[in-house]
Amino acid sequence: MNVESEKVDGGIHPKHSAKKYIVGYLSSLVLTALAYTFALKRSFTLGPLLIVLMVLAGLQIVVQLYFFMHATEGDGPPFHLGALVLGLFFTFAVALMSVWIMGFPAFSARVS
Amino acid sequence: MPVWLTHFTTTYLMWNEGPMIWGSDVLILLTMLGIVVTLTRLRRWKWLWREWLTTVDHKKIGIMYLLAALIMMFRGGVDALLLRTQLAVPGNHFLSAEHYDQIFTTHGTIMILFMAMPFIFALFNIVVPLQIGARDVAFPYLNAISFWLFFFGAMLFNISFVFGGSPDAGWVSYPPLSELGFDFGPGENYYLLALQISGIGSIATGINFLVTIFKMRAPGMKLMRMPLFSWSVVAASVVIIFAFPALAIALALLTLDRVAGTHFFTILHGGDPMMFVNLFWVWGHPEVYIVILPAFGVYSEVVATFARKRVFGYSSMVLSLMLISVISYFVWAHHFFTMGAGAGVNTFFAIASMLVAIPTGVKVFNWLFTMFRGRIRLTLPMLWTIAFVPCFTIGGATGVMLAAAPADYQYHNSYFLIAHFHQVLIGGVVFGMLAGMYYWWPKVFGFMLDVRLGKIAFWLFNIGFYVCFMPQYALGFMGMQRRMYTYPTDMGWGTLNFISTIGAYIMGLGFLFIVIQVLYSIKHGERDLTGDPWDARTLEWSLPSPAPHYNFAVIPTVTERDMWWELKERKETDRLKLKSDMITPIHMPKNSGRPFLMGVSFFIAGFGLVFEWIPIAVLGLIGILLSLLFRAFEYGDEHTIPADEIRETEAALGRL
Repeated sequence: MNVESEKVDGGIHPKHSAKKYIVGYLSSLVLTALAYTFALKRSFTLGPLLIVLMVLAGLQIVVQLYFFMHATEGDGPPFHLGALVLGLFFTFAVALMSVWIMGFPAFSARVS
Repeated sequence: MPVWLTHFTTTYLMWNEGPMIWGSDVLILLTMLGIVVTLTRLRRWKWLWREWLTTVDHKKIGIMYLLAALIMMFRGGVDALLLRTQLAVPGNHFLSAEHYDQIFTTHGTIMILFMAMPFIFALFNIVVPLQIGARDVAFPYLNAISFWLFFFGAMLFNISFVFGGSPDAGWVSYPPLSELGFDFGPGENYYLLALQISGIGSIATGINFLVTIFKMRAPGMKLMRMPLFSWSVVAASVVIIFAFPALAIALALLTLDRVAGTHFFTILHGGDPMMFVNLFWVWGHPEVYIVILPAFGVYSEVVATFARKRVFGYSSMVLSLMLISVISYFVWAHHFFTMGAGAGVNTFFAIASMLVAIPTGVKVFNWLFTMFRGRIRLTLPMLWTIAFVPCFTIGGATGVMLAAAPADYQYHNSYFLIAHFHQVLIGGVVFGMLAGMYYWWPKVFGFMLDVRLGKIAFWLFNIGFYVCFMPQYALGFMGMQRRMYTYPTDMGWGTLNFISTIGAYIMGLGFLFIVIQVLYSIKHGERDLTGDPWDARTLEWSLPSPAPHYNFAVIPTVTERDMWWELKERKETDRLKLKSDMITPIHMPKNSGRPFLMGVSFFIAGFGLVFEWIPIAVLGLIGILLSLLFRAFEYGDEHTIPADEIRETEAALGRL
């Protein structure tokens, strides 16, 4: 982690170099572009496409948490870790179950 | 009249639609005139700006939420009475089909998003910091932004009635009905943007209170020593944070469909309308738990206080709250069992829905056991709590009936459903919020509400409730569907509908008595000089009523659960007594006008987008951007209250 030890205004938060934010920003752009292209060009058949898109979405979450939300840093009790685990649990529950619900027979027959 | 003026009055002011619009126009103008004249004559403009519009004090924000919620309850209630008047007799033509659609849409949306939500936020703001021993919420500035986003979202939604036309696709606004092809007026845009704006505020409130509770508890207040209302706020905030984004996405995609010509939810170009339904309920079901959980918190406080007993099964109460908030994410498909997702999906969601009854049942039994052999005092908060138990239990039982997927094919969208959700939302949420309002009213305003008028309101509202909604269960079984604006005589629904309408009017009378009660008590209500009028249990009652600006002159050290009660029992309240040398200067956040101006900017941007008047929308967006920028470069947003000033305040309150 490239965290400089310099403190801002006597605050408790260490200052980050711009590099981390730029890398984060670019990688989120690349991930979005990839997902968009795959979906637009129908690069795979439906089943694999869904899986690839979900993996890309998962990576996007990691980018957000690591580069922008600084999930790996911080002092004090790690409340945020509990919150993150709960959040991931809800995210996967909602996303996977939505795929399950919305994949009802008549609908799948039409799009694939 | 010149042509352009006629065009304007017809298209935007809808003056061709008859007396209801004219009446509303006149009333709105008179109200605004009244407010302006009163403020000017009493020279209160500056006071309004300094004390209220720019405040970041959680107690004042709570009061503003409370007022807004009551006003919205009035608007939603009037909508309900119009609907019931239309349905009172068969073949009625009091409202046209179009107006009926608009009114049931605004009734539902307002009651959930602009009445129930601000009501729970009112209690969050009024109670949580006082209960956990904090001086304010974690992010007071954000708290003010949340309020003003809610307020201007609600304004945007409400002006649709007199400017451009109300939304009319139901409070769920399913496509394709809510798409441009079937619903091209500005009404639907109003719905989408108003909900989007107030939704941003709600997410911020959820984050704010979760952080407040995790980070700002008084020393010694471990999580398991926290009062149950604060626990219920934790549960509700968790649900808010994870559920509201789903609504934001659903609304944004539908807005894009309508404004930018995308096809997320139109079948024509490969979109899927059912995906909106899915996303809507990913938020929509957790939403009903968001509003009921704080009500559960209120009941726990009220029952313990007025039975003079520690709440029965504290840890099982906490566990139930958290379980409900987790299970709430696994039940949403029960709102569209009839979509045809297949037996597997329906079975899973049916069982998950029934599971919710278990932690809820645990809570109901705990409240009953708390009352068991307690020394019960029938005060107004306690009355509403006792009335809640049977009402919510019946509502819960019919909920389990609806959760059985095969049977749901019969009940789906019938009046049986309408009766069920009104029973849990009124019997659960509204009763709970009113109990909470009565309970904390003296803490907020420093005077008690008149008991006699309150009891009249209570009985009218309760009797009215059963008269109104019990017949609707039967009507559902007889085949009456929701959202039908009229029905023929030979269906045999006339009598029950007429009874139901009578009940609705009795409830309206009950609300009127609450208003009278408040107005009467402002003048004649007994002042609360003790700070603890109910002989209650938790920390907020150790403060004077109303609490001073900084809440606690010295932050107390908490040693046990229900500490205030335990100290009173052991006659050790002196432990919280102030000594002059304990008082040190206090840092408090500065007031700021920016949250209000940001709300105005959101309103302008939203209004521009509703009519797709892009320059106005851009103007609003620039305002939002500017307020964000100015905040980013703001330093020194705190001020210090000197110790001497605190000593003076406390001495004036007789505490030093």
